Amino acid sequence: MKSEQSALHVRGLTKRFDRLAVDGLDLTVRAGEFYALVGPNGAGKTTTLRMVAGLLKPDAGSVAILGVDALINPVAAKQMMAWISDEPMIYDKLTPLEYLEFVAGLWGIDPAVSQRSAQDLLVSLGLEPHLHERCEGFSKGMRQKVALAGALVHDPRLIILDEPLTGLDAVSARHVKGLLGNRVREGCTVIMTTHILEVAERMADRIGVIAAGRLVAEGTLAELRQQNGHTDTSLEDLFIALVDVEAAAA
Amino acid sequence: MSSALALTWFARHELRLAWREWLAMMTGGRRGRKRAAAIGLVAFAAFLHIPAWAVIGRFADLQLPLDKSPLIVITATILLAWALMLSQAIESVTRVFYARADLDLIMSSPVRLANVFSIRIAAIALSIIAMALLFSTPFVDVLVIGGGVRWLAAFGVVIAMGLSAAAIAIAATIVLFRLIGPARTRLVAQILAAIIGAGFVIALQVAAILSYGTLSRFAVLTSDAATAIAPGMDSMFWWPARAALGDGEALLLLLSFGLVLLGAVMAIFSPRFADTAVSVAAQAGSSRQGTRAKAFRGGSRQQALRRKEFLLLRRDPWLISQTLMQLLYLVPPALFLWRSFSDSSTAIVLITPVIVMAAGQLAGGLAWLTISGEDSADLVATAPLPPARVIRAKIEVVLITIGIIFAPLVLALGFASAPQAAITAIGVIISAAAATSIQLWFRVQAKRSQFRRRQTSSRLATFAEAFSSIGWAATAAIALAVPLAAIISGMMTAGLLAATWKLSPRRE
Repeated sequence: MKSEQSALHVRGLTKRFDRLAVDGLDLTVRAGEFYALVGPNGAGKTTTLRMVAGLLKPDAGSVAILGVDALINPVAAKQMMAWISDEPMIYDKLTPLEYLEFVAGLWGIDPAVSQRSAQDLLVSLGLEPHLHERCEGFSKGMRQKVALAGALVHDPRLIILDEPLTGLDAVSARHVKGLLGNRVREGCTVIMTTHILEVAERMADRIGVIAAGRLVAEGTLAELRQQNGHTDTSLEDLFIALVDVEAAAA
Repeated sequence: MSSALALTWFARHELRLAWREWLAMMTGGRRGRKRAAAIGLVAFAAFLHIPAWAVIGRFADLQLPLDKSPLIVITATILLAWALMLSQAIESVTRVFYARADLDLIMSSPVRLANVFSIRIAAIALSIIAMALLFSTPFVDVLVIGGGVRWLAAFGVVIAMGLSAAAIAIAATIVLFRLIGPARTRLVAQILAAIIGAGFVIALQVAAILSYGTLSRFAVLTSDAATAIAPGMDSMFWWPARAALGDGEALLLLLSFGLVLLGAVMAIFSPRFADTAVSVAAQAGSSRQGTRAKAFRGGSRQQALRRKEFLLLRRDPWLISQTLMQLLYLVPPALFLWRSFSDSSTAIVLITPVIVMAAGQLAGGLAWLTISGEDSADLVATAPLPPARVIRAKIEVVLITIGIIFAPLVLALGFASAPQAAITAIGVIISAAAATSIQLWFRVQAKRSQFRRRQTSSRLATFAEAFSSIGWAATAAIALAVPLAAIISGMMTAGLLAATWKLSPRRE
């Protein structure tokens, strides 16, 4: 697949800290796809996505976002994407609306457009009663929602989320999943890491399994089952089988 | 576990926490630096004996009975130290209420909360006393070497002061909670903690300027007016001074007073400590910013960044207190300026270094908040604008703020002496730029709430920032008197900056 046709095109991505965290990873995510990246703790999921988002410099490899080389032209690549970490850091002393105004300003969005969009997003996430409260007293789930609204307010074409459902209650998690599903239907691409395999199983078009910094399996749930010779098994069983094989090989 | 055993165990736990917090402050939170920190501390303590000798050495021969005038000076010095301890105590108490993550655990445990919080109050007192003993030791040493072992009684005075400072801080903080609520108490306590120590010295300077036209605070203390209004020689007002001079009876009374005061505070306030902590947790930050949605503002991406920085600076209680403290230091020179304007006194020259140094120090703090204290570092790093433009926007915020604060003072100086105003303005710009550069070279990723501990992330940056501000202040002062000598002083300070840059962590 050519990089112009994909939302994300990664080749030979490598990063070493004390040990090799990402080991020559190749990954392609199609435009308009919901892609879930799963793997055990320390497999290199977050490091990979942080390199894609421009938060970490890779030791080797290339990253293209919707055809734009993110290492050569990071500003243009960043204009099209949004990143949310598992511990979203928002400003305690700003209200959700002020936070979204700031984000929209950073992405250079017309204030008339962004204000309407911000209001709608916060309301749809159930934050209407808190629009004018500073975020310092917010729970982790509320902060997560503010960060998510911030990621969506500039209408990105690629959304990268690291464990977005951590800390959310069931109702909020359903809201978030609905919001992300809608974005994908509108043509946006979502890449998400998660430990909740049920979410990956139900929401993702394709699933990538990463272990020891390498992509060890990839495909739809049916393809993964077929690749591993299990016709009627859950993603959890598949995941454990794949990770066990990788651990034994290491 | 018996009740007594449980309390001993909790006391040990509290002391261990206090010790580790202190150690983390000394080592910058890095393991394996304990030995370096210990050597540094011993060297610093040894070095402190030199300024201690210069400041206090001449008083070592003082013996009771004394006239009122020296007693006033000693009492004022003790009062200043006490004010500083009170400031530290208020800060410790608010930290216990707001920052300790163990309140839920303690309050859900099957222990008598009043007892547990009594121990916590005692631990606060102990840590304040320990810190005060540490800093007072060089001064007492100098007095003991110069005047004999009778000066060892000064250690007892330090302990008594620590006890009373902790007691008053706890009582004041809890009363503030009841009167104005947790959110405002935090702000007020932080501001009080920042300005209380400085306020005493500055008040004396202001009095000296207004009454005697000098910046020396001793002018007030040694004046006939002070002697006239001071209480009689048998007053308990002189207990601290008499105790420090070796009067055993006064020392015993002072220690007893401190212990009784702390005991009373423990008895009265320990049961309320838990309620207070609960109300803090319950009311944690639900501050509203009006109910009407303001229209989103347009502009460039840098404008969005600058707006955000200004808004956060305005809403940062720590910064308000720090700024107030810096501005408070400017009150005496400003008053001096006002007086000298009519007298055409040559002493007006003294204002320039004070302004230049304050600008450097304030710029350093602001630069840390805007550059290192970025709470949403990921968001800014993933925004579509080059890092250089982010940094530029943040530096602009620092320099604009410095400009707003110092321009009126420099303008006022311009009416008295245009050349001095020009040199002061240049000094402010260079000093602020140097402090900002140091913070830029040593930038770290931190939270704004870590501002209080910003010094621990790099001792080198802290010292470089302080010496740079002092260096540029000295250069500005020398430039007014001997311009050629200022070139040498300026080059030395620039050399210090160059060395700091060379030693700074490599940036990508």
